[in-house]
Amino acid sequence: MTLWLIILGMVVVTYTVRLSVIALLGSAEMPDTMNRALRFVPPAALSAIVFPELLMPEGIFDPSPGNVRLVAGLVAAVVAWRAKNTLLAIGVGMVVLWTLQTVV
Amino acid sequence: MIGTISSSATPRWSELLAGIRAQLPILLGTSPFGMIYGILAVEADLPVPVALGMSLIVFAGSSQFIAAQLFASGTPGIIIVLTTFIVNLRHMLYSASLAPYVRHLTMTWRSALAFLLTDEAYAVTITRYRQQPVERAPDSYGHWYFLGAGLTLWVSWQISTMIGVFVGAQIPSSWSLDFTLALTFIALVIPALTDRPAILSALVAGIAAVGAYNLPYNLGLILAVLLGIGAGVWAEGRQPGTDDSVGPQMNGSIDPHTDGEKGQP
Repeated sequence: MTLWLIILGMVVVTYTVRLSVIALLGSAEMPDTMNRALRFVPPAALSAIVFPELLMPEGIFDPSPGNVRLVAGLVAAVVAWRAKNTLLAIGVGMVVLWTLQTVV
Repeated sequence: MIGTISSSATPRWSELLAGIRAQLPILLGTSPFGMIYGILAVEADLPVPVALGMSLIVFAGSSQFIAAQLFASGTPGIIIVLTTFIVNLRHMLYSASLAPYVRHLTMTWRSALAFLLTDEAYAVTITRYRQQPVERAPDSYGHWYFLGAGLTLWVSWQISTMIGVFVGAQIPSSWSLDFTLALTFIALVIPALTDRPAILSALVAGIAAVGAYNLPYNLGLILAVLLGIGAGVWAEGRQPGTDDSVGPQMNGSIDPHTDGEKGQP
């Protein structure tokens, strides 16, 4: 019972956060300064997820060429940029990672 | 609520399918995590219905991981709830970012989409929406794309949790499947780098995320995003000649209803 109450509490806080602005922005206009800022959420949020994945494998900062995730990620970035194809970027990135893992 | 399925059933379906398709490669990265969560929950002595219930109705990977560990150590419930709140606080930024694109929808639609708002669903959906100016969102079927992406992840999260709980199976970490998640986000961040302020924003957020990596409860992530947004706004303010409203993502398609394939990242 108590367990379910805690789960319910987790649902309430998680859902409230996710619904917050989506629910509030109905008829009201988004302030201009807010709109200006929101344009940067995708580049900022996505790279805030990506950078540590590449630069901190196993939680330790490693900017060296021996960091196979960094190398594979950079190759995938170039593929994504030139070919504009997510699947290709994932495929090439994984092949580079697996190859380097076997070799290094 | 959902409207009549009449003349425009086809674009709805094609958007739904496009959303599902965009989410499929991401499942390679999230499924191993779902399995590990299931195993952790069992090890934390959570009853099976509770372990599965958390995936069903909380549906938030990183906070489920932390909660399972907190349950195991006998942490008071109020602390678990507060921790969940802090860990998921970053979703408020996603909510704000998507709000202008879904504001024309009914409350039922918006409530359902908000439930499905995860990092992964956000990443593909905002990329889709930004292929067109926000003013055209009411004429598009982007919410079906959102629904397709969100539901796909939700269903697969239940399956992978069940595998973890009932089978205790794990995908060997040497396969490095978790890396597909990073690769997907890399491919999605590229189209978001529309101009110099956006690039600066991404760099600042990325470097800050590395610097603040050891902050607890995902706080480093939200701090990094806020710093990145600040840097972008600042850089844009320094460019008097440029118009702040749009970037190259505005080279939208001619007909928002028939471009199910176009520009699919």
